[in-house]
Amino acid sequence: MVGKLLPCIGKYKKYAILAPLMMIIEVTMEVLIPIVMANIINEGILKEDLNYCITWGLIMIAMSAFSLFGGAMCGKFTAIAGTGFAKGVRKKLFDKIQDFSFYNVDKYSTASLVTRLTTDVTNTQNAFMTIIRSFVRSPGMFVFATVMAIRINGPMSLIFAVAIPILLFSLVFLFTKAHPRFKEMLTRYDALNSDVQENLTAIRTVKSFVREEYEIEKFNECTENVRQTQFKAEKIMALNSPIMQLCMYGCMLAIYFFGARFMVIDGMKEGDILSFMTYVTQILMSLMMMAFSSIQIVISRASVARIVEVLDEKIDIDDTNADENLIPCDGSIVFDKIKFSYAKNSDNLLFDDLSLKIDSGQTVGIIGGTGSAKSSLVQLIPRLYDVCGGSVSVGGHDVREYKLKNLRDNVAMVLQKNVLFSGTIMENLRWGNENATEEEVVEAAKAAQAHDFIMSFPDGYNTDLGQGGVNVSGGQKQRLCIARALLKNPKIIILDDSTSAVDTATDAKIRSAFREKLSDITTIIIAQRISSIQDADKIIVLDDGKIDGVGTHEELLATNAIYQEVYFSQNKDKEVTA
Amino acid sequence: MPPARGMKFAKPQNTKKTIGRLLGYIGKYKFLLLIVLACLLLSSAVSILSSSFLSYYLDGYVLPNLNKEWAEVLGIIAPPLIFMGVFFVCGALSNYASTMILAVISKNTLKKIRDDMFAHMQTLPISYFDKHTHGELMSRYTNDVDTVREVMSGTLPQLMSSTFNIVGALGSMIMLSWQLTIVILVLTFGIMFLLSAIMKRSGKNFRRQQKALGDVNGYIEEMIEGQRVVKVFCHESSVKKRFGELNDELCDAACAANTYANILMPIMGNVSHIIYAIIAIAGSCLILRGNALMGTAALMSFLLLIRQFYNPITMVTQQMNALLSGLAGAERIFNMMDEKSEVDDGYVELVNAIIDENGNITETKKKTNLWAWKHPHGDGTVTYTKLEGKVELEDVTFGYVPEKVILKDLSLYAKPGQKIAFVGSTGAGKTTITNLINRFYEIQSGKIRYDGINITKIKKDDLRRSLGTVLQDTHLFTGTVMENVRYGRLEATDEEVIEACKIANADSFIRHLPDGYNTMLTADGANLSQGQRQLLSIARAAVADPPVLVLDEATSSIDTRTERLIEKGMDKLMDGRTVFVIAHRLSTVRNSNAIMVLEKGEIIERGDHDQLIDQKGRYYELYTGMFELS
Repeated sequence: MVGKLLPCIGKYKKYAILAPLMMIIEVTMEVLIPIVMANIINEGILKEDLNYCITWGLIMIAMSAFSLFGGAMCGKFTAIAGTGFAKGVRKKLFDKIQDFSFYNVDKYSTASLVTRLTTDVTNTQNAFMTIIRSFVRSPGMFVFATVMAIRINGPMSLIFAVAIPILLFSLVFLFTKAHPRFKEMLTRYDALNSDVQENLTAIRTVKSFVREEYEIEKFNECTENVRQTQFKAEKIMALNSPIMQLCMYGCMLAIYFFGARFMVIDGMKEGDILSFMTYVTQILMSLMMMAFSSIQIVISRASVARIVEVLDEKIDIDDTNADENLIPCDGSIVFDKIKFSYAKNSDNLLFDDLSLKIDSGQTVGIIGGTGSAKSSLVQLIPRLYDVCGGSVSVGGHDVREYKLKNLRDNVAMVLQKNVLFSGTIMENLRWGNENATEEEVVEAAKAAQAHDFIMSFPDGYNTDLGQGGVNVSGGQKQRLCIARALLKNPKIIILDDSTSAVDTATDAKIRSAFREKLSDITTIIIAQRISSIQDADKIIVLDDGKIDGVGTHEELLATNAIYQEVYFSQNKDKEVTA
Repeated sequence: MPPARGMKFAKPQNTKKTIGRLLGYIGKYKFLLLIVLACLLLSSAVSILSSSFLSYYLDGYVLPNLNKEWAEVLGIIAPPLIFMGVFFVCGALSNYASTMILAVISKNTLKKIRDDMFAHMQTLPISYFDKHTHGELMSRYTNDVDTVREVMSGTLPQLMSSTFNIVGALGSMIMLSWQLTIVILVLTFGIMFLLSAIMKRSGKNFRRQQKALGDVNGYIEEMIEGQRVVKVFCHESSVKKRFGELNDELCDAACAANTYANILMPIMGNVSHIIYAIIAIAGSCLILRGNALMGTAALMSFLLLIRQFYNPITMVTQQMNALLSGLAGAERIFNMMDEKSEVDDGYVELVNAIIDENGNITETKKKTNLWAWKHPHGDGTVTYTKLEGKVELEDVTFGYVPEKVILKDLSLYAKPGQKIAFVGSTGAGKTTITNLINRFYEIQSGKIRYDGINITKIKKDDLRRSLGTVLQDTHLFTGTVMENVRYGRLEATDEEVIEACKIANADSFIRHLPDGYNTMLTADGANLSQGQRQLLSIARAAVADPPVLVLDEATSSIDTRTERLIEKGMDKLMDGRTVFVIAHRLSTVRNSNAIMVLEKGEIIERGDHDQLIDQKGRYYELYTGMFELS
């Protein structure tokens, strides 16, 4: 699993190799320095040899400088390799998500994709750095220090044989106990966050029902749960440091005792006891480090799995074999006996053998109740989804024969849930065509009836829209989105309920602009309001994935029951919708 | 804990005040804190003593007896070892105790901070939420509380015990040899210069990293949110390119920040080795040339103490960044708590009332279906006014920002039981009027009266309780369908909830949900369609049973066929109440008693449907517009 991510390191690979090498320098020096220390005491101070002290003192300074160099270089290389690795992973993940089809996007929630790109990548980066640093350092230190300790005094090293298993056992015990508690705590955390999130979005509802007290109580319950689970988890982890200390102190006492014994019986030297003590610290510390690194890796494993899941996601819409030069020649659309289902199984088909033909340049209205699959039908035209059976053709060719870019550049679609991006209005409109001149942009904005309100802003086309286009109203946003789509200069334009927040008069103006200026473009309008579509060349009544009727307004009004019902619900007593 | 997402890294502005307020939170645990302090002191003492003990032990007990029999030596060394053993156990125990007590204190304090922050947030005016993005407010609860937690359970105890260790180690060193201590202090002074240079650069790069991270995360959120649009416009490659640039900058910044963090440890560790060597040389000079100013065992202990002295210094430097960002986080939290609450100086209350045969109104604790405004006067008398639902706006002027007026000298009058409709294009100020009746915003001039009482005199909660609002956007909460509808009136029985759902025509779709009324709704009811959510919202208002109803595009997402189905229910709901309706569809507003046509914040026409048609004005144009077009 981890292997999948490793290639992401790319050109930073050499740093990932250099860092542990540098670490070896530091570890070697760190292990050798206590011997030098012992020598200074045993040979220099105890034998009252000042020159020896000075010589070896200087050697030790040199060694420390060397060690410092190794350590600092290792730190630097680790940082380069770690952040480079994270950069690679993040880029690969982001690019993969960009390549997702709508089907893939549906599978993951926005929030989960964002978490994977942010939190999960950070966790992976930290784990990667930990691996580079401590998985050379800790075992290296452990082995070196043990060898050294044995060299100084073999029998006394048996102290470790007792201490290490005790420490390891208690650490494993603690972590296995703590892990489920931490997981529980994170769940509670999520609950708390989503409670705050809900209250932020629904603050008007809370206030208009005067539910502040109720919400505060609910929140207090959430914080109490967090407090309790957090405490439960930390209660276990609080044992960690005292256990470590007890092991350490136990070893020290044992060294005091056996040290005295070896001094009395075998004439062991004082300096050796000092170095021995240093090695004890090093050994126990490296064990702790290994334990903590393992934890971090276990934690990050979940993150790595979530990243790999996205990277392994099979993208179901593929255009690699399509002809680069094939471009839709006109705006005709043919649905030929299509079968379609979001779930990709044939048991629950949304469309079953639906056929429909739209000529180039026609204006087509689609109407039907909620859930009648209006949006699903038009999403097949720019190949946002693939059919399970039958075919959809644009400009005389099956949509699967085109490169996606060629197809979608010619099929503009204004989505129901549309988004503007941060940046100026001009920048947003140029999404449709990066090379559009100012005149072209203004013309598109005029057709979409957006020009007047844009000019009413102090900065006009240079007005900065916040993230998600927060500075404009719903109706204004819809008109900007239409203008953006128009700039693509497409052969087909699809408006999926794109004028629902626009008032009728403006809606009518948009349609007449379309009729005058864009008469050769095939226009498909999905709408709730009959008035939005009644002057279309052809109106399609959809009901539960089936075509219930096709015809002009007059024809349908005469023959189609659903159409009549919708019409009269909106025009009771010849009423008009506004 | 989820790591910082888009966290703003800033230096705290008013450190003193922030620390003072934080102390206020933990102040009530004074006694426990004293115990923690004592425990930390004890465990520091133990760890310092363990180093100095070696020299006393060897000099005092082992070295003088090297020529004796082991059995005899055993008797001599046993007491100090046992003493140390007890001491060590005490040290470990006090370590455990301090960790546990601190865990209790910090967890309780964090809960208190979160609770206070949330409770205060609930009192903030709507305009506050308009001005701040959700992400920004969310990060108060996540990132900022996290940094404070970090400080309380990590940084604070470490700073305390580090201080003890430094002081203790210094004390022991002075006792062993003041001459060498001076050498150490001079060297340390030099190291401090080096450290502060590194810290400065590290802090700068850390801030740069946070900014780059914020940029990358912001871009990620925006592009993932707009993923479908990116695809429809085939913008994948330019999005990838821009992301690549941001990603490169993040990599550079993170690399620089991490480098400084990574090299701190090797520098401090090895500098302490170098000092060790210097002290060893200087110490042996003292021993060999210095007329026996110190013994070899003392020098050994001194050498051991060097690590004891430098480790906590390293710790402190490492914790400085955490401390700073913790204080900055706490400051942002406190800033939010200092935001001004909604003004509520109203004193008129809404009470249950009984009207006797003479028409006198008296207050009662019982739940009657009659409500009255309890109006205390300056002279101590109390008058009761029956709640009827009469709403008047008199010369109201308002703008969300003072410079940009939305409503100009607007006046309108709604008699009890009347249905008043607002018609007009987007941005004409329809929703704004309902926001003002609710007193979500304060008007700049003019008066709004409710049953003849200026709404500023009415307690806000009581005012809002008397108004049932169905908003344009429906918000649902995590919980069952039943709980969500009951939000309108918490004490409503199951039957009442179901009855309300029937009125709103929501009953049939609810029964089709997997668990009927007990179906759990999550993530703002993502599993329901917009129309279904609006039906629930109407049911909610029906349960609340308020005398005045405000319907802001309440049926906009319901298709016209369904709207006809709920028409009867809506009529029943509106019967006998004052209703304000905002709708795009003229069919929804046609039978209103009065229709106000709004344009640019002014009422340009008013009257009932027939009158307005006769006027042949804007309403007439809207009404007949369709025929002209077709």
